[in-house]
Amino acid sequence: MIGYLLRRLAAMAATLLIVCALTFAVFYLLPSDPAAQFCGKDCSTERIELVRQQLGLADPLIVQFWHYVRGIFAGQTLGTGQYAVQCGFPCFGYSFQSAQPVWALMMDRLPTSISLALGAATLWLLLGVGAGVISALRRGTWIDRTLMIGTIGIAALPVYFTAMILLYLVVTVAGILPYPRYIAFGENPVGWITNLILPWITLALLNAAIYARMTRNSVIETMAEPYVRTARAKGLPERRVVGKHGLRPALTPVATMLGMDLGGLLAGALITESLFSLPGIGKLFADSLNKSDQPVIMGVTLLASFFIVTSNLVVDLVYAWIDPRARLS
Amino acid sequence: MTPHPLLEVRDLAVEFPTAEGTVRAVKGIDFTVERGRTLGIVGESGSGKSVTSLAVMGLHRGATVTGSAKLDGTELIGTPDDRLRALRGRKMAMVFQDALTALHPYFTVGDQIAEAYRQHFGGTRKAALARAVDVLGDVGIPEPARRAREHPHQFSGGMRQRAMIALALSCDPDLIIADEPTTALDVTVQAQVLELLMRLQQERGLGIVMITHDLGVIARVADEVLVMYGGSAVEQAPAEKLFTAPRHPYTRGLLDSLPRLDDEDGAELRAIPGSPPSLLAPPAGCAFHPRCPAYAATSDGRCTGDRPPLRTVADGHRSACVLDEVTA
Amino acid sequence: MTTETLHAADRAQPALSDALLSVRDLGMTFPGARGVLRRMPGVRAVDGVSFDVRPGETLGLVGESGCGKSTTGRMLVRLLDPTAGTVAFRGQDITRTSQGRLRPLRSKFQMIFQDPFASLNPRQTVQQIIAAPLRAQGASSGEIAREVRDLVQLVGLAPEHLERYPHQFSGGQAQRIGIARALATRPELVVADEPVSALDVSIQAQIVGLMERLQRELGVAYVFIAHDLAVVKHISHRVAVMYLGRIVEIGDKDDVYQRPAHPYTKALLSAVPLPDPAAERARERIVLLGDPPSPANPPSGCTFHPRCPKAQARCREEAPLLTLTTRAQQVACHYPET
Repeated sequence: MIGYLLRRLAAMAATLLIVCALTFAVFYLLPSDPAAQFCGKDCSTERIELVRQQLGLADPLIVQFWHYVRGIFAGQTLGTGQYAVQCGFPCFGYSFQSAQPVWALMMDRLPTSISLALGAATLWLLLGVGAGVISALRRGTWIDRTLMIGTIGIAALPVYFTAMILLYLVVTVAGILPYPRYIAFGENPVGWITNLILPWITLALLNAAIYARMTRNSVIETMAEPYVRTARAKGLPERRVVGKHGLRPALTPVATMLGMDLGGLLAGALITESLFSLPGIGKLFADSLNKSDQPVIMGVTLLASFFIVTSNLVVDLVYAWIDPRARLS
Repeated sequence: MTPHPLLEVRDLAVEFPTAEGTVRAVKGIDFTVERGRTLGIVGESGSGKSVTSLAVMGLHRGATVTGSAKLDGTELIGTPDDRLRALRGRKMAMVFQDALTALHPYFTVGDQIAEAYRQHFGGTRKAALARAVDVLGDVGIPEPARRAREHPHQFSGGMRQRAMIALALSCDPDLIIADEPTTALDVTVQAQVLELLMRLQQERGLGIVMITHDLGVIARVADEVLVMYGGSAVEQAPAEKLFTAPRHPYTRGLLDSLPRLDDEDGAELRAIPGSPPSLLAPPAGCAFHPRCPAYAATSDGRCTGDRPPLRTVADGHRSACVLDEVTA
Repeated sequence: MTTETLHAADRAQPALSDALLSVRDLGMTFPGARGVLRRMPGVRAVDGVSFDVRPGETLGLVGESGCGKSTTGRMLVRLLDPTAGTVAFRGQDITRTSQGRLRPLRSKFQMIFQDPFASLNPRQTVQQIIAAPLRAQGASSGEIAREVRDLVQLVGLAPEHLERYPHQFSGGQAQRIGIARALATRPELVVADEPVSALDVSIQAQIVGLMERLQRELGVAYVFIAHDLAVVKHISHRVAVMYLGRIVEIGDKDDVYQRPAHPYTKALLSAVPLPDPAAERARERIVLLGDPPSPANPPSGCTFHPRCPKAQARCREEAPLLTLTTRAQQVACHYPET
């Protein structure tokens, strides 16, 4: 088990390193000059050259890459002499736009993305899995048909359309809720909820529809398994037959999918954050893409890869914990 | 002794609605199982033998069951599920064909047995687990305390089927319904499992319903045999009589078509022509008549009229063939 | 004793001059699961299997699950490439020939499978299914039409079945289609892997009867692979009993069934229930302990020794050779029945 974990962690590190190298290579191939960008408007050629020296952009690519990777773990000193800046662990460099450390920028945005992801996931799990289970257990009834037609309709709605309609109806017409902005949970829990509820709904609706259909199929399949019949043959009450013997295996694939989706979402919900102007990682990424802010793009890409790779591992561990057949000897 | 037989089934019928129409899977069968005795139900695919067992256990889903099945005098058919539940697993238990799929992959074998025991007798989890270890030992699983903590996929095929039997025995039932319990097993392991079932029956006075397509298994374990074809019982007799003096043309055909280890060399198999009937569009009258040599010879109108009922043809021997006086 | 010497001993037996199929030292080791750093040890599914099949005869290959009988069958028609040994068809080694050189021979040996539906293309009509091997041989369409018509009648189907699709047939009928397809190229050998075990009892006899009649009429030889000893007894001339990848006993059917020399064969035969309650009660039965072991982790010495009622110390250490006994069949046992 320990050996397995170590192997998985090594594979994770390798994956992240490859992602890092690929992103690095992409920027090297792009025509834009980072030094000129960092320097800003009206920079003289000498000054740009100085910036290039300071940022280490004159070094060969492989050296730059090595500095970057080492910086993440050990920090690094950028520039020389009077311009030297100590970039502490974990060092992802500085934004060309704001001159802020990338790490600080990301940590500043992370709570928003986490709030958005966790809230939305809770909502779509409740709605999607709930609807899916009810549909499966009431298969063929009008409830099942209504729910499944509903999910098709919802799944067909584009996210930006849902967001616009919600904003227009709830904020503009009815005026029940304020225009969403991020308020930290610690600061004002009620405000946190009332401000994020519309983004949550926007993000959750589509996923709820997908999860509902997936859950329904999985539950129907599992309830037809011989071991569920055995549970009934033992004389167990139906509640226990469904809850313990049926739902646990049925929801295993749902848990797997949730892990993957959450991993992706923690790295930022690009469209939703942009639509509601929420200062999350996704918004940060969109903005830095617009401005070709290379250090930020690099940092966010790595952070996103980290979340996805980690959630993969967590999903596999959870799977092995739920299903003993998946355990490694 | 109680005056009731252990299991008394009368005019049991099961219908399923399907997209292509109603399937009459079982068309009114009668049988009785006494304590300490084994009834074998034999038939091919679609004969209704498995559906019968599920109907008695109340495990049919989406089917309409009519008629009567009394367990020790208690009516099972039409009884609300919460009352049936008290009997399921407690007074009557089931052994399914493939233990790998019939046992839950997520839980240990001990937990699965303990769960059944606690459902009916309560008590602590610890006491129930101790009971599970006991029954695992009873069915001949070595090191039962250790094996109880393992999952089904860690068992070999034969050990898994023993665990399935241990689960059925855990609440000391009066009746065991075994649906093809050895079909998925190798022949040497099948011999062990049949031996085990017979030993347990002797020790505990169990009534057993053995459902199988294998006439050899029936010959080994059954006291009484019911032959099913197309959802109906076509012949019922003490095992000895059924094998030595079969009366129904289907039973005879089945025995004649079976290759046997004790056959004379060069003996030709006499196959039954045609295929088992479709459940959606069964033949009129006797379901066997399209394949029946006696009907082919006589073209008797009674074979295609009403479905022939079982009639007593000898002491304790009933057959559903209207041409019995011709074929006997 | 090592497998090396076992093979040497096998090699010592001369190939029959009139053999249609000669199998020598056939072995199949499936590679083990690959770990991150190292590969798990391979699984020896078949080990040192040798036998001959004469023209027009049926060799029954029996054994329990995991004994390697199906793997052997697949190697005979080269659906699997063996990792050791040779299969010679009419004296020509087919295990190392290229697929191109194999093609003209291919039509001479065919295979029938357990699940008739899985081996028939659901989108082809019966006509197309049976015609395919003929077309591959380059027959003219007139010839093909005539041949297909004959074949369909030969296996007991009607000409109107030709335009139907596999799902419109029962299991027994579908197996007839599989047989017709296998016979289309007039093969000299058909390897049948559990051809009746998926069928209802009343249908099994039809297919066994059909195969026997076809053998009489066409002179085709069969390797009939099955776990059902009664069916094998009925159809076979000679029988090989396999246990954990090896042949433990081989000989004429009557010798093997009436006077089994290997304790495993004896136990296997005594375990088969007879459809006769009186005989069942009177029978002496050897009930073996435990399940057949996994080929991934075979016992030492004679692989049967942990379950063998006659096992002695020697059986744990030394693998017995397949040798002639006082009886007519060959048996791999240190202490055979005499």
